[in-house]
Amino acid sequence: MPIILNNLWIIPLLPLLGAAINGIFGKQWSQTRVNVVGISSVSLTFLGVIELTREFLALHSQVAWVRSYAPWMIAGPFRADFNFQIDQLTLVMLGVVSGVGLLIHIYSTGYMAHEGGYYRFFSYLNLFMFFMLTLVMAGNLVLMFVGWEGVGLCSYLLIGFYFLRKSASDAGKKAFIVTRIGDVGFTIGTLLVFWTFKSVDFTEIFKQASGMPVESPTYIGGTLTVICLLLFAGAIGKSAQLPLYVWLPDAMEGPTPVSALIHAATMVTAGVYMVARMHVLYSHAPLAMLVVAIVGAATLFYSATIGLVQTDIKKVLAYSTVSQLGYMFLGCGVGAYAAGVFHLMTHAFFKGLLFLAAGSVIHAMGGEQDMRNMGGLRKKIPITFWTMFAATLAIAGVPLFSGFFSKEAILDAAKDGPYANIYLWTLGILGALLTSFYMFRLLFLTFFGEQRYDEHKVHVHESPKNMTIPLILLAILAVSGGWFAAPTMLGGPNHFENFLRPVFEAGAPAASAALAENAGAGETGGNALVKSLLAPGVIVALIGFLTAWWFYIRRPDLPKKLAASMHGLYTLLLNKYYVDEIYLAVIVRPLLWVSTNVLWHTVDEKVIDGAVNGVASSARGIGGEVRQIQSGNPRSYATWVVIGAVGVTVLVLGVWGMVR
Amino acid sequence: MTLPIILFFVFAAIAVIGALMMIFFREPIHSALALILVMVALAVLYLLLGAEFIAAVQIIVYAGAVMVLFVFVIMLLNAGEEERTNISKLAHYVGWPLGIFLTVELVYWMLRAPIGARATTATIAPGDPTRDLSMLLFRSYLFPFEITSILILIALIGALVLAKRDS
Amino acid sequence: MNEIPISYFLVLSAILFGLGVLAFVFKRNIITVFMAIELMLNAVNLAFVAFDRARGGPHDGWVFVFFVIVVAAAEAAVGLAIAITVVHNRQSLNIERVNLLKF
Repeated sequence: MPIILNNLWIIPLLPLLGAAINGIFGKQWSQTRVNVVGISSVSLTFLGVIELTREFLALHSQVAWVRSYAPWMIAGPFRADFNFQIDQLTLVMLGVVSGVGLLIHIYSTGYMAHEGGYYRFFSYLNLFMFFMLTLVMAGNLVLMFVGWEGVGLCSYLLIGFYFLRKSASDAGKKAFIVTRIGDVGFTIGTLLVFWTFKSVDFTEIFKQASGMPVESPTYIGGTLTVICLLLFAGAIGKSAQLPLYVWLPDAMEGPTPVSALIHAATMVTAGVYMVARMHVLYSHAPLAMLVVAIVGAATLFYSATIGLVQTDIKKVLAYSTVSQLGYMFLGCGVGAYAAGVFHLMTHAFFKGLLFLAAGSVIHAMGGEQDMRNMGGLRKKIPITFWTMFAATLAIAGVPLFSGFFSKEAILDAAKDGPYANIYLWTLGILGALLTSFYMFRLLFLTFFGEQRYDEHKVHVHESPKNMTIPLILLAILAVSGGWFAAPTMLGGPNHFENFLRPVFEAGAPAASAALAENAGAGETGGNALVKSLLAPGVIVALIGFLTAWWFYIRRPDLPKKLAASMHGLYTLLLNKYYVDEIYLAVIVRPLLWVSTNVLWHTVDEKVIDGAVNGVASSARGIGGEVRQIQSGNPRSYATWVVIGAVGVTVLVLGVWGMVR
Repeated sequence: MTLPIILFFVFAAIAVIGALMMIFFREPIHSALALILVMVALAVLYLLLGAEFIAAVQIIVYAGAVMVLFVFVIMLLNAGEEERTNISKLAHYVGWPLGIFLTVELVYWMLRAPIGARATTATIAPGDPTRDLSMLLFRSYLFPFEITSILILIALIGALVLAKRDS
Repeated sequence: MNEIPISYFLVLSAILFGLGVLAFVFKRNIITVFMAIELMLNAVNLAFVAFDRARGGPHDGWVFVFFVIVVAAAEAAVGLAIAITVVHNRQSLNIERVNLLKF
């Protein structure tokens, strides 16, 4: 008698209800009541997800559970329904979205307590949960796209939450427009999918695709390759990869819980989820996988370099997010889909935690975000410090923390897997080095060293319980979240990958299946332990830590000297390679010029208005001329009568007479 | 040149001259009298065509009643010499070429009318024309006849109402 | 021998009609304009009678003439009444002075 399995619609509906209630009635309510509605809807969803997991596992099913709840679009052969699909991958995503989402909701009750528009915030946040859950549970491309667009909408609303501030509303628009560019690719990809498979349902597509031959890795015109590349274009936009990453740093204009939830844990991972979900297609299109891996690797290195020198605490985390997303795509691109999803999960834990902790720091500093004005906070806000420290260890890839397992899985696949590529692996290692460095830099600048702020102006205080408790819970997850894969250190199996195996083995050609099996094999016992502890990723993390310690604790004057001596490179990095400026000049300005001069002045004003006004003015003109006949003088009327008579007689007598 | 033809040309000339006089005389009373002359000439022409009743009606009603009405109104209004205004440019420049053109055109078409080639015997038409006319009028055309009587009634009332002084 | 071609009458009718049109366009006195209308009607009557004679048979043409005369009379009566009203309002018999309905 599985309750949730038969009523899957409950899960997304609860947050939607919460959003509606808070949106309609919240304005008159007290903050407490808004909290009750907003938090309870997400808590119930989370409980629902737990129950759903239990029910699904009780089925011991190897196939996905699909239920269709209502027909939606039927147009000839095209059919898209409201159908939801549950398999192990969905469960992982649901767990992350609802669990981390719940913690962030709780955190927000504290963080946003003094902000205006409180009810609006929770309404949007719940609405976001609804769309994200729809995206993750969708059983066809069209419904997934609904969720895709919906989270984009909520992202826009929440980034521009402080809409009276121009930079915030600009950032919201930028996010929406840039992701739109990717969505064009996604839409065309969906159309191509329909054209090829005559359906947009996942079960149907994968059934057909698994029977198709694997396409050539050098030819770009294969149907599956093109489809995968187009869909990936959408992922580039949504998950902020090169070249469409520019909206994510600006998105930091939104409140910090928004950055944590949407731009770290959930929305930006939608692209990774999509690639993982469509793994059947990608496995049959090696060229597309290569593109995914290259984009991921390039992005992770590129954005890590920018993060090295940023001074705003949230901006560092933003570029770090872009970089870590690159890791996830690298994982998927080399065929290690489970590893990519694993990193998605651990990233949600530690990056979500990092953002929330940063928010706690900002809250403690009364709104200050520039790290140059912080320092020595470690004794004053201990809970924030220790949780952030745990997250930093996780992201740097220190053994036993969650990030270590997921990052190692990805790097392993890049080095040894069936799609391995030594160059990509090198980028991954360098990226790990930079990641470790800039994260420890952030930690040291913020919590160690001298106090670089005025104590009389800033009253540093620890955050309230509703903010610190989620931090602690997330810290526990950041530490332990990777222990599913702990046995690999001893040559044992990776439970996480095994859990996802039914998903990723189905429909995949031989090569990917071999990869999934390799996850379990490996060397035994002690050898494996030593090998994993001395993995290049770990060594590099250590180097990063030591370098940061040298630069920011031992010799704090060094950074300035280095920046001065490498002034050109430093400025280039600080200004994010001037990419925004380049886009502005090359794309935005010409587009605006065309819109203004061609479309507005010429087409709209001259042609359309001209035609409409022209009709009116010519009617007026003709009328003005014709009315001269009404001169008021009967003699002229008489003359007109005669003119008419002459005309008629000529016509009748002449023409008719000729015809006769 | 038989008598009927001569008569025709004489009275046609009188009619045309009368019309020209009507156009060129300045005083309206003179124009009215010229028109009466035209009507009488036309009456003779009707006789030449054998339409005695019509000729009689022309004299009695048209020349004798309608034109007398015109003369009365002219005298009532004390209409003097016509002002020579030419306010309407259209009438001044376009009017007369158009009029002449119309005349010429009509003459041309009348000359080409196939019916015109047939001749007519002068004077008396066969049968009893008046009797035939009354048969037509009171049988086939009875309805229009009655309608016209109403029309005259309306005209009568209309003229009364329009010309009444506001009391 | 005693025959006048119908076309002579028709031509005369055309000429009289044309003269009527010219008078209609040129004269400025209201009453004179009405008289021009009467002239045109007479010309038409002549044409009717001529055609009637040429056709022979029942004299439908005369019936037309009859009605034309009747209607012309009625029209003259009403028209002249209007002329009187106009003169009362505009104190002039010149039709060019009756120009208040200008656009």
